Amino acid sequence: MTRQSFTSTATYIVAEDLSLAVNAAVTLEKPLLLKGEPGTGKTRLAEELAASLNAPLLRWQIKSTTKAQQGLYEYDAVSRLRDSQLGSDKVHDISNYIKPGKLWQAFTAEQRPVLLIDEIDKADIEFPNDLLHELDQMEFHVYETGEQIVAQQRPIVIITSNNEKELPDAFLRRCFFHYIKFPDADTLRDIVQVHYPDIQKQLLSTALEVFFDVRQMPNVKKKPSTSELIDWLKLLLAEKITPQQLQETKQKGGLMPLFGALLKNEQDVQLVEKLAFMARRRDGS
Amino acid sequence: MLIEFFLCLRKHGVPTSLTELLDLVNAMERQLVFADVEAFYHLARLIMVKDETQYDRFDRACAEYFEGVEQIDIASSIPAEWLERSMQKHLSDEDKAKLKALGGLDELLKTFRERLQEQQKRHAGGNKWIGTGGTSPFGAYGYHPEGIRIGQDGSNARRAVKVWDKREFKDLDTDEELNNRSIQLALRRLRKFARTGALEELDLDETIRATSKKAGLLDLQWQPERHNAMKVLILFDVGGSMDDHIFACQQLFAAARNEFKHLEFYYFHNCVYESVWKQNNRRHTEKLSTLDLIHRFGRDYKLIFVGDATMGPYEIAYPGGSVEHWNEEPGEVWMRRLLNHFTNAVWLNPQLREHWHWHHSIDMLHEIMGGRMYPLTVAGLTEAIAALLKKSAATGLSVE
Repeated sequence: MTRQSFTSTATYIVAEDLSLAVNAAVTLEKPLLLKGEPGTGKTRLAEELAASLNAPLLRWQIKSTTKAQQGLYEYDAVSRLRDSQLGSDKVHDISNYIKPGKLWQAFTAEQRPVLLIDEIDKADIEFPNDLLHELDQMEFHVYETGEQIVAQQRPIVIITSNNEKELPDAFLRRCFFHYIKFPDADTLRDIVQVHYPDIQKQLLSTALEVFFDVRQMPNVKKKPSTSELIDWLKLLLAEKITPQQLQETKQKGGLMPLFGALLKNEQDVQLVEKLAFMARRRDGS
Repeated sequence: MLIEFFLCLRKHGVPTSLTELLDLVNAMERQLVFADVEAFYHLARLIMVKDETQYDRFDRACAEYFEGVEQIDIASSIPAEWLERSMQKHLSDEDKAKLKALGGLDELLKTFRERLQEQQKRHAGGNKWIGTGGTSPFGAYGYHPEGIRIGQDGSNARRAVKVWDKREFKDLDTDEELNNRSIQLALRRLRKFARTGALEELDLDETIRATSKKAGLLDLQWQPERHNAMKVLILFDVGGSMDDHIFACQQLFAAARNEFKHLEFYYFHNCVYESVWKQNNRRHTEKLSTLDLIHRFGRDYKLIFVGDATMGPYEIAYPGGSVEHWNEEPGEVWMRRLLNHFTNAVWLNPQLREHWHWHHSIDMLHEIMGGRMYPLTVAGLTEAIAALLKKSAATGLSVE
């Protein structure tokens, strides 16, 4: 068989173990469950994978109210009731009121698609259990019409979780699991280079120092992640902040320019201010 | 070959099953990785481990498996006390410079086995024998550029090269200490119960849908009430030895505040006596008598004690035992009164479970709590919540 392997692209940097994980999941046709700090690119991965395989991406965004059934199909009974009162002919064929969900679409797609089940932990705890059979056998039954929907080819399933709920064991057993670590300084540099190829080296290294300083501060409630770093750099570039200016605030202490992009919590802002104040006082005395 | 690996994982407490083993064999057969130990490590982790909290155990199992069978036997035959961190030798840069690598891994293993045969006694320090804190290449907590580690919690010198030996996911193990987020996740389990336990109400959407399905014949649908009805009363131990654990307690408090609408909290010191208080700076003026506490809050409140339970045994067992005031009745009497009223109660102890047996007072309170004392870690909190829920289900039947 031909093996398409997924590696870093011009726009997306993927760590080696993650690329192995993706390739294993694609080859062995198992769903891949991704966890990791918010902002480490879990969702991006599915998009990039679809792009690199030239496959369609079906994204199923899970919310606290999402039901497993909605991924299979929905029977719109209310509009059928309305149609029956209006005397429409459509009402005699129940299949007019069956709306295929994302799984159905994925199963019947012409080309092997990438199905992204995003933030599965947001849903009710029973949600993953309800999908066990469908993800395992890649088929399901439509009770209203008696149809059996069987996958033409097994879609590549990427599932992301932010760890808000624990997932049931039976479900986990059917998935491959990968935890995306927060990237180290070198990988982050690569990632930034991909997004902003012409950023000055000096600005980048100073910015990364500031960024890792903030991440290492104890008691920071919401640690800035990769996506916040990239937003912040974008602002730094747009505002034409020079490396010297950045270095200056870093040494003198105080909030970094455009801190709003990095710190999303007012208590964190206060904390950084306080630490800077203490550093200044210590240096002054 | 993989069977051994599989058994090794299970031995180290990685909850992996036959399904995963078959997947791994399948992956090997498809030659996803070939003759690359590091890639195999990543692949095996991908397939066998389902939770990042298990990564550390997996790393330990891998370390054991890949270091070769002979070494495992040797390592496990070393008495554990030898490896206890008895001393920590501080090496100067000069010392480090003096140390040179002793050749390759095979060389080391060979020498290791020879030394082990020579060695008869526990050994610490020094530069030849296997032990702790020394500069010999064998043993733990020491420094040698090409050392072999035995049963070591973390590297002081951070020189080991193997991926699994880095154990980067160490702090993700569930027995580690809490952070706010993990507490919230743990507490959320308490909320789930509340949802299923509460009364039922009419589900309008479902009723419309069901009625439409039946072509207009009314079909009423019911669903459990969704708001969190869980009521929680937390009593915090403050001051003294609890100062070391103040961070963990703050985290727990912050998480509980977010999670429960009906949350009440009071403070006590060391053991509960006739009164508790809400503000520490006015603890002597604004007290609430413990009897009032019992009368004010119903039996449906879940009572959580948070304290290290580390005190003199007389503080629990005798009248006048309190270190702060004269108490007419011993702490044990007050504890039992509280527990008689609040049948759903647990004690969370920020001390490490391994240290509990060092303090007689912990044993006593553990006994008074009927065994419902748990360490203040993610795993402990999960156990505690399970105990709170189990208990309430049982008494719920007998009371009503």
